[in-house]
Amino acid sequence: MAIEIEQPSVGLSKVAVSKTHGEDSPYFAGWKAYDENPYDESDNQSGVIQMGLAENQVSFDLLEKFLEEHSEASSWGKGAPGFRENALFQDYHGLKSFRQAMANFMEQIRGGRAKFNPDRIVLTAGATAANELLTFILADPGDALLVPTPYYPGFDRDLRWRTGVKIVSIHCDSSNNFQVTPQALEAAYQCAESMNLKVRGVLITNPSNPSGATLQRSVLEEILDFATRKNIHLVSDEIYSGSTFSSPEFISIAEVLDARDYKNSERVHIVYSLSKDLGLPGFRVGTIYSYNDKVVTTARRMSSFTLISSQTQHLLACMLSNKEFTENYIKTNRERLSKRYDMIIKGLKNAGIECLKGNAGLFCWMNLSPLLEEPTREGELALWKTILNEVKINISPGSSCHCSEPGWFRVCFANMSEQTLGVALERIHKFMEQRKRKET
Amino acid sequence: MAALSKIAAGNGHGENSPYFDGWKAYETNPFHPTDRPEGVIQMGLAENQLCFDFIKKWLMKHPEASLCTAEGVNKFKETALFQDYHGMPEFRQAIAKFMGKVRGDRVKFDPDRIVMSGGATGAHEMVTFCLADPGEAFLVPTPYYPGFDRDLRWRTGVELVPVICESSNNFKITRNALEAAYEKAQEDNIRVKGLLITNPSNPLGTILDRETLKSIVSFINEKNIHLIGDEIYAATVFMEPEFVSISEIIEEVECNRDLIHIVYSLSKDMGFPGFRVGIVYSYNDALVSCTRKMSSFGLVSSQTQHLIASMLSDDDFVDNFIIKSKKKLFKRHEYFTWSLSQVGIGSLKSNAGLFIWMDLRKLLKAKTFEAEMDLWQVIIHEVKLNVSPGSSFHCHEPGWFRVCFANMDDDTMETALLRIRDFMRKNNAAMIPHNKLCRRSSLKLSFSRRVDDFMSPGIMSPHSPLPQSPLVRARS
Repeated sequence: MAIEIEQPSVGLSKVAVSKTHGEDSPYFAGWKAYDENPYDESDNQSGVIQMGLAENQVSFDLLEKFLEEHSEASSWGKGAPGFRENALFQDYHGLKSFRQAMANFMEQIRGGRAKFNPDRIVLTAGATAANELLTFILADPGDALLVPTPYYPGFDRDLRWRTGVKIVSIHCDSSNNFQVTPQALEAAYQCAESMNLKVRGVLITNPSNPSGATLQRSVLEEILDFATRKNIHLVSDEIYSGSTFSSPEFISIAEVLDARDYKNSERVHIVYSLSKDLGLPGFRVGTIYSYNDKVVTTARRMSSFTLISSQTQHLLACMLSNKEFTENYIKTNRERLSKRYDMIIKGLKNAGIECLKGNAGLFCWMNLSPLLEEPTREGELALWKTILNEVKINISPGSSCHCSEPGWFRVCFANMSEQTLGVALERIHKFMEQRKRKET
Repeated sequence: MAALSKIAAGNGHGENSPYFDGWKAYETNPFHPTDRPEGVIQMGLAENQLCFDFIKKWLMKHPEASLCTAEGVNKFKETALFQDYHGMPEFRQAIAKFMGKVRGDRVKFDPDRIVMSGGATGAHEMVTFCLADPGEAFLVPTPYYPGFDRDLRWRTGVELVPVICESSNNFKITRNALEAAYEKAQEDNIRVKGLLITNPSNPLGTILDRETLKSIVSFINEKNIHLIGDEIYAATVFMEPEFVSISEIIEEVECNRDLIHIVYSLSKDMGFPGFRVGIVYSYNDALVSCTRKMSSFGLVSSQTQHLIASMLSDDDFVDNFIIKSKKKLFKRHEYFTWSLSQVGIGSLKSNAGLFIWMDLRKLLKAKTFEAEMDLWQVIIHEVKLNVSPGSSFHCHEPGWFRVCFANMDDDTMETALLRIRDFMRKNNAAMIPHNKLCRRSSLKLSFSRRVDDFMSPGIMSPHSPLPQSPLVRARS
């Protein structure tokens, strides 16, 4: 029999075959377990409860009510007079009314302490695209961005995959509640230099994911001073700004700039999105707000690859330009998140589990280091597997967030009903009781 | 001040091209039937505005397709939360079905091979990122859509090598031209990873015949390079010969299917450029998997997925839409080309697209691109029409212009034709002998009788909102 030698298929690109898409991380393995056996209040009470997904489901009724009461938001009204214009609108400047509404919303979230110019708002399909786009603009392949740990696992893909840019960690630890220090900033910079990497910027997430805490003003000032000294950019991802539910109040980098009369502000860029505060991740609404004209122009041109559907821009322009609605939404959303947070913290405390004191976000940063067999990444992953298989909840291990201390886990509390959260807390309680009994 | 990247500082965004001078002229003085009757008419924008009334009727009958109506709001929460990069199954099924119907159901599309992207703009960039490394190249037949220079090259670092096509054989893509381009790349030490074809063609408005398609498929198999077929104008084929898709050819000839990828969008066929519905359809599993992950950077809004799923799963609507759209495009095209021929302007014989490839070679003062630019300035500033010069499409020969005809109502079309007629009269008076002028006046009579045959009643639509900057359309 003749042996057929097949011509090897011409390959895909290096970017395509690399693993920088990040999906092999344990962060996603828990999702698989959840997908295969998802908890359901009535149909599958023994299923896996998803606590690894930072979604905000506590305020949908407010959005639905708005839609029911405002038929003009009903995409195109009676007779669809605006349909044609809307369907044709692909201007990368974005709908002016939408940009205006976003600017207003961002101002409201910051209690009016910062002002936003709609003409500096660039629209992208989600914060995922916004962060990648900024990276393309601020750094060349092989350059580095400094990012405080622990950080959102998605950054590994968003900032690095197609851009070829590297992330160098700014190590933070529990000794000071994972806050960024000037020493840590300097150490990260030196580390990059020693690897011959050119540092182009610092990217912070404020409020922080996964720690669930807002950054103090002094820390923001230090970071801005550091960026100024090194003459690099500062990107502030403020995606959870509207999800700050208790004191201290959220302070945006915009306020710090305002206090400095916007001196040297061209190095600062803010990323925002409606995926967390408004609970609309499916609509793909991201924004870049830059104080740098060239960045705004370039980002706008680049947004051609990732524009927001004009249909969605229209809907949200209606919704967010209604000041009564947005004020009530921001206030009510905060109250509900606060309630949820209190519930989970109390429940965990009853089970003997401590969390970092948080005041924002859709999750808490839980400390399970006392439970580790060994204080290593492997020990943490072993514990995580146990929790997934025995407690049947999917939580996110700190190592997937590049946390330097093993034993920390991010636990989401806003992506489920109160009842389901109660069930999850019961399971955790039971698990901890069993462990205590085993030890005695 | 902290510097920006090389990508940001360079000209890869493509907006410094003279292509955009016409847009600037249009924006500073846009035509409006009553407010600005002397303004520039936009004929440089390939939009399909002919079927909105039909679509609106469907929307009125289906309030549940919108999440904002009483009928649709019960789907709001689950849709708003849906960010799975696989895309909604109903959406993918509806798109797969639509793509099949557009090809006369001669071929079936698998919904699981459908990957979303931020418009075809996003799709092209994403496919390029996945098939080629920086410094590698795609072959692209000329003339081609100017946006490719940005979409395929800017952030990817990939090069484009032109495959020269000539008017002498109606810009056919010949095997010789393909080989020549491939060899040139080899000589220049550029590694070719793929061939990108747009079929139906922008700017030609023609479709590739079966022989050419087979020849192309055999070429890419031989060279072991990818074939990307941009079929964004598939449903705009308004006249025989029938459209033949790559998806059909690979059923007829030996082909390594891992090399075959299709880019699609609803921006042209349905007239929805604002909704950013881009699609990558690949026969290569690894590419499907990779682009799906990468689509996170440009997912289609779930609100829009919901609307499109509703609309395109309505078989009656789709079947009627496809037929109606073709009829209207055919009518418009026929009237336009006929009117132009009456004043001595020819264009490449075409049966698809939202534009014609106008032949103004005989009006050039010299056979040069400078002369083409001069003529173009005249057309913009004196005739007051924004048309697109062939050089911006990398056309090998000067004197060709792409002129869009589906982005305006009948009255505006009439005005545009009047201006063209006036311009040609002035030009012809200098060129044409006396007896021919006499003949022209009798033609004028027959022309006005025929106008009624072409005019479609009731197409009155408000003028499009005006963009604010040079490249305001993500795709033109």
